[in-house]
Amino acid sequence: MGAGGQMNSEAAAGSMPLSSNVPLAVSMKGISKSFGGVRALSDVSLDIWQGEVHALLGGNGAGKSTILKVLNGVHKPDSGTITVCGKLLEDVTPEAARAAGVAMNFQELSLIPTLTVAQNVFLTREAKGGLGLIDDQTAERRAAELFSMLEVDVDPKALVGDLGAGQKQLTEIVKAISQDARVLVLDEPSTALAVSDVDRLFAFLQKLKAKGVAIIYVSHRMDEIARISDRATILRDGAHVITAPLSELPIDTMIEHIVGKRSKGLSDVARGDAVKGDVLLELRSVSGKYKPENISFAVHRGEVVGLAGLLGSGRSALARVIAGIEPAKSGQILINGKPTAIHKPGDAIAASVALVPEARATQGIIPAHSVASNMTLAVLDSISAAGFVDAEKVRSVTDAMIKRLSVKTASRDHAVSALSGGNQQKVVIGKWLATDPDILVLDEPTAGIDIGSKSEIIKLVRDLAAAGKAIVFISSELSELLTACDRIVVLSEGRMFADIPRDRLDDPAIDANDTAHRLQAAEQRLQIEIQDALKQGGEGLI
Amino acid sequence: MTTPNPTLAGSFKTNWRQYIIYIGFAVIFVIFALTLADKGFLNPNNLLNIVRQTAMIAVMAIAMTFVLSAGEIDLSVGAVAGLATVTVAMAIAVAGPVAGVIAGLATGIAVGMFNGWLTTRVGIPSFLTTLAMMGIAKGVAMWISNTAAVPILSPGYSWLFGGGSLLKIPVLLFWMVVFGAIGHVVLRRTGFGRRVLATGGGETAARYSGIDTKAIKFRVLVLSSTAAAFAGMLYAGRLQSGRFQLGEGDELSVIAAAVLGGTSLFGGKGTIIGTIVGALMIGMINNGLILMGLEFSQQLIARGGIIILAVALSQKRS
Repeated sequence: MGAGGQMNSEAAAGSMPLSSNVPLAVSMKGISKSFGGVRALSDVSLDIWQGEVHALLGGNGAGKSTILKVLNGVHKPDSGTITVCGKLLEDVTPEAARAAGVAMNFQELSLIPTLTVAQNVFLTREAKGGLGLIDDQTAERRAAELFSMLEVDVDPKALVGDLGAGQKQLTEIVKAISQDARVLVLDEPSTALAVSDVDRLFAFLQKLKAKGVAIIYVSHRMDEIARISDRATILRDGAHVITAPLSELPIDTMIEHIVGKRSKGLSDVARGDAVKGDVLLELRSVSGKYKPENISFAVHRGEVVGLAGLLGSGRSALARVIAGIEPAKSGQILINGKPTAIHKPGDAIAASVALVPEARATQGIIPAHSVASNMTLAVLDSISAAGFVDAEKVRSVTDAMIKRLSVKTASRDHAVSALSGGNQQKVVIGKWLATDPDILVLDEPTAGIDIGSKSEIIKLVRDLAAAGKAIVFISSELSELLTACDRIVVLSEGRMFADIPRDRLDDPAIDANDTAHRLQAAEQRLQIEIQDALKQGGEGLI
Repeated sequence: MTTPNPTLAGSFKTNWRQYIIYIGFAVIFVIFALTLADKGFLNPNNLLNIVRQTAMIAVMAIAMTFVLSAGEIDLSVGAVAGLATVTVAMAIAVAGPVAGVIAGLATGIAVGMFNGWLTTRVGIPSFLTTLAMMGIAKGVAMWISNTAAVPILSPGYSWLFGGGSLLKIPVLLFWMVVFGAIGHVVLRRTGFGRRVLATGGGETAARYSGIDTKAIKFRVLVLSSTAAAFAGMLYAGRLQSGRFQLGEGDELSVIAAAVLGGTSLFGGKGTIIGTIVGALMIGMINNGLILMGLEFSQQLIARGGIIILAVALSQKRS
C-alpha cells in the first residue's frame, strides 16, 4: 500500500521538460454533452501538447469515453469547440477527426477476423500495384516493418481470427499508428497484453512521442500511468477535476481526486454482520480454462462476497465457472458442504445456483417478450402440467415477484424492453429468484442503470442475504462493493490477491456517523488494494 | 490460437477442409470416369455438355459469392434469370438483338437496385427482400409473356449468348471463364472486393474502419441481379426463346455451388475459383446420375446427400 512515492520518481525521470510553449495537438474548449437528459460532460476543457503522453483518469461514468468519442467524432458535442493541430473542426464527424490526424484504438472493434493482419492494418488504404490492383505482398512487407519497429512478433499473413488477445491488441495499435496519426488515443491498450508486450508498447510510445505525436492514454492501472505519462487529467461525474504534471500527482492524490467527495450516491445500507450461517458455497483451488486460476474462498448463508478487480481480471469468468457456463478445469466446488460437479448450466441450477449475467440485454432478458414470460422462463417445468403452461400460475408467480421486487411496470404483459434498465434488471433477478436458489451470483447487476435504481438493487441484495441466501456480487464500482458486501475478494490477471473483510477497510478514526466520509476513505483503501494486486499480478507474469 | 505451420504438409493437415471441394471434385470425377466409362462419361462431348449445363449456374454463383461474402443472400436469382429471358426475347422481337441485350441487363440492374434499396435503406433483411422479389419477378415474367414462350429469331444473338461454339469450344465456356476471371480479380485484388470481405467479416469493425457498408451491400445485390439477368440471357440464347420457367429453382444450386466452394453463409469468406469448381461439381453429379440411369426422384436424393456430405466435411468443428 501507498507505493505512490516510488512510482512517481520513475515518472519524473521518464518525462521530458515540457512547457506551455509546446504547440498544442488538441484543444477542446467547454465541451458539454447530454444523453437523453443525462449530463455526461459539463463544460470540460482539455489541452494536449504535441509530443506528450497525457493520461486520462476517472472512475466509471466519469466521462472518459464520452470525451474520447467526442474527440473521435463519434459523438457531436452539445456545445464547445475542438481544435486539432491548430485547425478548428467545423463539423464533428469520424471522417473529419481522422482527416485531422486523430487515430484511436477501439479495443478490437475495428479488426475483421476473416482478414489477415496486413489486410486489416491497411484496410481501405491498400497498397496498389499495376492496374490499380491490390498488392498484398507490399502490404505484408510494410506491416512487417511496422511490427519490427515495435519489436513485436505478429505474423502479417496470419488471420486476425487466429490471433491471441494480446496480438490482436497490438495489431489494433499498429493499425492506428499506420495512419500517420498526429494524435493517438489509446483506450486501455494494455488490458490484454502480457507484461513484456506492455514494455515493448511503452518503448514504442516513447519513439512516437519523440516524433511529436500526442498520445492520450486511458488506463485504470496507475502503475502504468505513472510509468508512461507526462501529464494527467482527472475527470469525475462528467466534470474536469485537475490537469497536472505527473510529478505533482502522487498515486494517493490521484486516487483521492478520482474518488472525490461523495456529494450524491449510495447511502450505506445496514449490513447484518455477526450472525453467519453454514458455508453454502465453497471454492477450493478452482481454475477455469484460461482464467481464473487457483481461486479459493467460501460464502456463508446470509453473506455477500464481492469480487473486485479490473476488466479482464477474471471476475466474470469465475462467475461463469460457478454457473457451469465455462466448467472448471480443476479444483473443487462444494455446495452445502458437498463436492458438486458443475459441468453445464443445468448442473448449477440443480445445485440451487443462479447467475444474473453481465450482459442484461443479450444474456438476461428476451426484450420483446412480456414481463411474465421472462419471469417464468427458468421455471416453466414446475408451472406446467402435461406440457401445458398453467396461465394462472404464470400470473401468480409473476405478480408475486413484481410485488416482492417492486418492479415498476404498467402490467405483467408489457414487453420488458419498455421498462427502465433498473426494472429490467429486477426482472432478471426475479426470473432467478423464482427458482428459489440458495446461491445467487450477480455479475455487474447495476451496470447502466440510474443511481436510484442502483440503491434499490443493492438494498435488494442485502435483503436476500438477510433471508438466508449466499451471494457473490461483482461490480466495477467500488462504492457499490463497499456498500453491498461483507467481504471483498480482489482478483487480478485471474488470480486472487486478497480476501478482505469489509470492516477492515473502514478507518476507525472517522466518525461512524459521517457515512459519506467513511465510504470515501474505504474506497481509497480498496483502490490501493486493487492497484497493489495489479502490480503483483503483473510481476508474477514475467 | 493456431500458429501457421511452416511446412506445406503440415499446413495441408490443418487446412485440408479448405481444399475439400477440389479433393471431392477429383474423387467424384475419378469414380464417374471408372464406373461410367462405357456410358460415355469421358466423351469430350459429354464433358462439354457438363460445361454448357453449368455455365448459367456458375455465372450466378460467382456474383452470389460476393453477396454471401458481404453477409447477405439473394434468393431471387433464379426468378430474375427467368424474367430476363422474357424481357430479352420481347425486346429482340420488337427492336433487335442489341435492344435485347440492353433490356436484359436493364432488367437485372433495376431489380438489383430495388433489392438493394429495400435491404439497405428500408432495412428489410435481404433474405426477405429477395424471397419476395422471387415471387414478384416470376409474376411479372408470367404476366408480360401471358405465360407463353417468346421465340427468339436472331441467330446471331443465339450464337453469342448460348448455342454457338468456336473451334469446338462452346461460347458458354468462354462466358464462364470471363466472369470467373473478372470475379476472381475483383474479389481478391481490388478495394471493392476487400471491402466486401470486410463488410461480411465484421460489419461493425468495417464501419469503424471507414467503410460504407450499406453502399457495399447495395452494390453486391445489384451485381447479383445483373449476373442473374445475364444468366437469363444465356438461357434465352441457348433455348432460342424466353420463358418464365427458365432458371426456376436455380437459387438453390447457386447457393450450394458457392458454399461447396468454401464461401461462408455468414460472410467474410469466399473464393471465386472454389465457387466455379462447386458449380462444375454440381453439374458433373447431375450428369453422372443421369448417365447411371437413375430416375429423377433418385437423382434428387443422391444429389442432396452428396452436397450435405461435402458441406459437412468442409465445416470447421469448434
